[in-house]
Amino acid sequence: MSTRNFHALRGLLNDVGAVDQVGIDERVAKFATRSIKKNAKVFGLKLAVTMVDLTTLEGKDTPGKIASLCQKALRPHDATDIPPTAAVCVYPSMVKHAAKHLRGTPVKIASVAAAFPSSQTPLRTRIAEVRAAVADGADEIDMVINRGAFLAGELQLVQDEISAVLEACGDRTLKVILETSELETYDNIRAASFLAMRVLRPGDFIKTSTGKTSANATPGNNQVMLEAIRDHFLATGIEIAMKPAGGIRTAKQALHFLVAVKETLGDAWLTNTRYRFGASALLNDLVRQLVKEKTGAYQAPYTFSESSSAY
Amino acid sequence: MPVKKSTCPAARELLFGDLWEYDPAPESAPAFIEPRYGLFINGKFVAPKTKKYFDSISPRNEEKLSEIALAGAADVDAAYQAASAAFTSWSKLPGTERAKYLFRIARLLQDRAREFAVAETLDGGKPITESRDFDVPMAAAHFFYHAGWADKLGYVTPGRKLTPLGVVGQIIPWNFPLLMLAWKLAPALATGNTVVLKPAETTSITALKFASILQDAGLPPGVVNIVTGAGETGAAVVNHPLAAKIAFTGSTEVGKSIQRALAGTGKRLTLELGGKTANIIFEDAPLDQAVEGIINGIFFNQGHVCCAGSRLLVQESVAGQILSKLKIRLKSLRTGDPLDKNTDVGAINSQAQLDRIRELVACGVAEGAELYQPDCELPKKGFYFPPTLFSKVAMSHRIARDEIFGPVLSILTFRTPEEAGEKANNTCYGLSAGVWTDKGSRILKMSAALKAGIVWANSFNKFDPASPFGGYRESGLGREGGKQGLLDYANLIQVP
Repeated sequence: MSTRNFHALRGLLNDVGAVDQVGIDERVAKFATRSIKKNAKVFGLKLAVTMVDLTTLEGKDTPGKIASLCQKALRPHDATDIPPTAAVCVYPSMVKHAAKHLRGTPVKIASVAAAFPSSQTPLRTRIAEVRAAVADGADEIDMVINRGAFLAGELQLVQDEISAVLEACGDRTLKVILETSELETYDNIRAASFLAMRVLRPGDFIKTSTGKTSANATPGNNQVMLEAIRDHFLATGIEIAMKPAGGIRTAKQALHFLVAVKETLGDAWLTNTRYRFGASALLNDLVRQLVKEKTGAYQAPYTFSESSSAY
Repeated sequence: MPVKKSTCPAARELLFGDLWEYDPAPESAPAFIEPRYGLFINGKFVAPKTKKYFDSISPRNEEKLSEIALAGAADVDAAYQAASAAFTSWSKLPGTERAKYLFRIARLLQDRAREFAVAETLDGGKPITESRDFDVPMAAAHFFYHAGWADKLGYVTPGRKLTPLGVVGQIIPWNFPLLMLAWKLAPALATGNTVVLKPAETTSITALKFASILQDAGLPPGVVNIVTGAGETGAAVVNHPLAAKIAFTGSTEVGKSIQRALAGTGKRLTLELGGKTANIIFEDAPLDQAVEGIINGIFFNQGHVCCAGSRLLVQESVAGQILSKLKIRLKSLRTGDPLDKNTDVGAINSQAQLDRIRELVACGVAEGAELYQPDCELPKKGFYFPPTLFSKVAMSHRIARDEIFGPVLSILTFRTPEEAGEKANNTCYGLSAGVWTDKGSRILKMSAALKAGIVWANSFNKFDPASPFGGYRESGLGREGGKQGLLDYANLIQVP
């Protein structure tokens, strides 16, 4: 690592400010003590349903699997008052299959692209993949940053690559995955958030994880990124959206993430154009809780499967 | 096509509105408060010889909770006689046996944690989340910790033996009624003393409920006696000839009068008094976490904390940023019914305290400091005060010098580390301080320069039974907790 690059990271941190890990962890522990009951719970659960990017990212995905996933996204439950999800999130090769079911519906098609999840291919290959996904009908592109370059201190390269992918997206929404578990420290997560946000357009996302590493979205890294979004908004007026992904399986977790949004960014971010959950199993737990709120009783466990492969 | 919202750079404000308002979430567990409490003397509840009772009201809604016995000099004397009689056998009990009682007390308190938390909130006005997550668990932790000491007293000071002092008179304040009781009782009992304890007159209920735990634990009669009342009862506790030591937590003014009263009597004394803690924010600090620390430092327990970070010292270069972050943070701080699980700032303990806070805030405005209070709807009944920031405060202002003991923060600025230390130490108090910086060496340098019993680094209001707590100058003398706290309840005898 060259000295100059080291200074680049140090300089960025000096610019955007450091994060204290103990303090962040204490802050998010407080969100988990909020008691969400009755109408507030129903509102929160429904809001969370509308924010789900219903995801399948498996080697064994088939057009058939995508078809049932799309149906689930459009109509998560036979109760008609449960809204559709925000989007489905699939690999680029599955975009055209998803498009058959979702074109003309409110559910968007998100595609991971740009050598997901490693990003370890030549840039031109990644760009070509993004263009292909867009051409097949993807509304939103989820890319992952070049962590190798970031950790080597090549910050300009990381940012330039984000810009290049952004250009390939055209008018489609871009979600920039930081892969927080590989950046490891909250300082790095904050720095990488700013690196991305400074080239993004209003309404583009920063996103925690690919879901392909051992640790994914946590209340802590969600909070660091929400505070980065807040500071960037207050400094520039640009509203960046946020997507925690991976590891959010229960309705209770989702509500605590939403409490963090409410108390950090306020009401304007409590909408699926500003906040999403990258999740699969979460949807059924949200539905389970909504049905429980309505009927007063939990339904049998087999009523809502835990596994998203059974959607 | 995704909708791209156009932004309006003019309106860079965050809206903390009611789009997703939390429904009321009141804690519903019963507190089991008796309609009337006697005095707890010699293991039994007895009627006061004064035949007088006073009302205990809830600051939450000004409703009467119970009637509390008013102890006169004769009652206090009875308590001391009982404690003195119990001392003979209690002090001779092997440490392992005393430890068993302390363990039992801690476990019984844990078993009834929810009930005690609700009672503490009803009686004192603190948010239920604080009594549930801090006061009651910490009180139990102090009994557990000191149970561990009871059988190891022979090893605390090599070459010297710890012996108990005798009957200890203890007077505790209204801000952490149960926790202060634990801080006082646990080390006294572990070292083999017996106790006459007086809770504050506005918050006697959890101490009296605690007496039932002592009964359930089978603690021998007379080892702990609880007398209730106001200043006169306190004076009787202080001046009783059988007292070997007085331990007091409360205001500096009363502490001074106790010290005068005890001069020349040979009684030991520990005092834990007021403070005007400086919380120092350097420009390289992690600002958002510092803001959380500031909020926790001053609004924890409505600022009714002797070590509350009531004087914020911010480096000038980040003062504007800190102030605007604080204002944003205050918008999501919830003030209201302390029994609601989503309340962050509860009720002020009493009308008298509310009046004092109002007076000092009016004084701050009159002296020219800039006041900020968020829009918040306060309950109509009960004692409430909104979280308050004062910026542009100077060292000469009264709000920078007097302890307010309420949710009111005075913000001052500094330019260099030396100036920060100078301003922080420019007070008659010396209880605690906070230092926020990313630079480790500066933490060490500042903590040496600050005249305070406790210095928190990049954190605030951290407590642990193993960590001695106490101040110097007009913040008191002696320590509570840890080995140092233990030694304040014992004589050291040279072993030949």
